[in-house]
Amino acid sequence: MSFITEIVFVIFATIKDVLPIILIIFGFQFVIIKKPVTNLKQVAIGMVYVILGLSFFLVGLEKALFPLGKLMAQQLTAPEFIRSGMETMNAVLDWSDYTWVYIFAAAIGFSTTIAEPSLIAVSIKANEVSGGSIGMWGLRISVAIGVAVGITLGSFRIVTGTPIHYYMIIGYIIVVIQTFYAPKMIIGLAYDSGGVTTSTVTVPLVAALGLGLASTIPGRSTLIDGFGLIAFASLFPIISVMLYAQLSEFMANRKKKPTYDDRDTGEG
Amino acid sequence: MLLKRIVKPLLDSSRDLFPIIAVICFFQLFVLQQPFPDLANLLVGVFFVLIGMSFFISGLEMSLFPLGENMAYDFARKGSLFWLLVFAFFLGFGTTVAEPALIAVASEAAIVAADGGMILNTDDAKASYAYGLRMTVALSVGFAILIGVIRILKGWPIHYLIAGGYVGVVIMTFIAPKEIIGIAYDSGGVTTSTITVPLVTALGIGLASSISGRNPMIDGFGLIAFASLTPIMFVMVYGMII
Repeated sequence: MSFITEIVFVIFATIKDVLPIILIIFGFQFVIIKKPVTNLKQVAIGMVYVILGLSFFLVGLEKALFPLGKLMAQQLTAPEFIRSGMETMNAVLDWSDYTWVYIFAAAIGFSTTIAEPSLIAVSIKANEVSGGSIGMWGLRISVAIGVAVGITLGSFRIVTGTPIHYYMIIGYIIVVIQTFYAPKMIIGLAYDSGGVTTSTVTVPLVAALGLGLASTIPGRSTLIDGFGLIAFASLFPIISVMLYAQLSEFMANRKKKPTYDDRDTGEG
Repeated sequence: MLLKRIVKPLLDSSRDLFPIIAVICFFQLFVLQQPFPDLANLLVGVFFVLIGMSFFISGLEMSLFPLGENMAYDFARKGSLFWLLVFAFFLGFGTTVAEPALIAVASEAAIVAADGGMILNTDDAKASYAYGLRMTVALSVGFAILIGVIRILKGWPIHYLIAGGYVGVVIMTFIAPKEIIGIAYDSGGVTTSTITVPLVTALGIGLASSISGRNPMIDGFGLIAFASLTPIMFVMVYGMII
C-alpha cells in the first residue's frame, strides 16, 4: 500500500520539478518562435513517459536501494567493523585499516554510475553524433572507472584528513595537461561527463558514505569533511574519459601503422 | 513488435542495474554477513527502478531529445540571437532553481555557515542564507548556459574557457572562507539533474549542427561542463560576500 501512495506523491513532486522547464520551453515556443511543437503528440507521450519513469525510478531507489546502501555505508565505516579483524579492540586506526571502505567506495561509485540515467542519455547522443566511433559502453565504463577512482580517493582524503583543494588542484592540472594531448573531438564530451555523473543515483549513496566516514573518524567534522566526495566524482571522469580517447587513438594508430603511415584523420 | 518494444528496454535496464545489485548483494552477504532486512520490499523496489528506467529512456528519445534539438534549429533559423540567449539563461536558471538536490545542499550549507559563525544561528538567518545560495547557484547555471551558447555560436575552443575557469576556482579557493569550499565544490555536481542533462545536451548538439562551420562533436558538447564549473565560483563569491 505504501508503495502506491508514495508513487502518487512522487509523481506530483516530479511534475512540480518538470513544470518550470515545460513552461519555459512552451512559452518560448509560442511567444518567440511562434510555431507549434513538431510531433506534439509524440513529445507529449514521451513527456508522460519521462515523468512516470523518473517517479518509479525514484520511489524504487528510495524504498529499496538507498536505505540498504546507506545502512551499508554506516556499517562499513563503523569503528566496530573496522576493528573486527584486529587483535586488540583499542588499537589506533591507521588509514590502511579501511580496506573494505575503499573497496566499497570504488564498487558503489562504479555501479551507480552505470545505472545513472543522465549518463545513458549523454552516451546515446555521443554515440549518435560521433557516428558510432564513441561506443556507448566505452564511454559509460570509462566514466564509471573515473567515478570509482574519485570516490576511493575522496574516502582516503576523509580518512587521512588532508585538505580537499590539494587534490582538486592537482586534478585540474592533470586535466589541463591532458587537454593538450587528447583528441580534439573528445574534449567537450569529457568535460561534460564530469557534471553528468553526479545525479539521481550516485549523489545520495556517495553522500551517505562521506557522512558515515566523517562522523566515525575522530577529529573529522561531518559538515566540513562530509562534503566534497561529489567534487571528486565530478573531476576524475574528465581524466578517465580523455584517457579512454587517448588509448583508443593509440590503439587505432598502432593497428594502422604497419600498413599505411598516414596522418590521423580524427575518425579515431 | 509490441513485445519487442517492451522487452528490449526492460532487458537493457536490467543490464544497467546489474552492477549495483551485485555490489549490494556481495557486501551484504559476504562482507557484512547479514541477511537482507526486508527482501520483499527490496524486490518490489528493484522492480520499480527497472520499470522507471525503461520508461525514462524511451521517453527521452521521444520528447526531451527532439524538444531540445528542435528549439535549437528553430532559433538558428529565426536568427534572433537575443531571444536565443534569453532562452539559454532561463533554461539554466529555471531548471536549477527548483532542483531538489540543490535545495537539500543549500539547507545543509546554511547549518555549516551558522555553526561556523558566518551567519546568526536562527532559523530566519539560515533560511535566507539557503535561499540566497540557491539563487546564486541558479543564476550561475543560467549564466553558464548563456556563455556556453555564445561559445557554440562563436566556435571558441572549450578548453580555454574551462582552463580559465579552473584558474579562477583555484585562486578563489585560497581567498574564500574555509567552510564554504566543500559546499562550493559539491554544488557544481548537484546542479545538473536527470531532466536538464538530456535537454541541454540536445540543445547544444542541435545548435552546433545547424550552424555551418561547427562540428557537433567538437562544439556541441560542453554546456554541462560550464554548468558544473560556474556554481563553484559563484558560491565562493557568495561565501566571501556574506
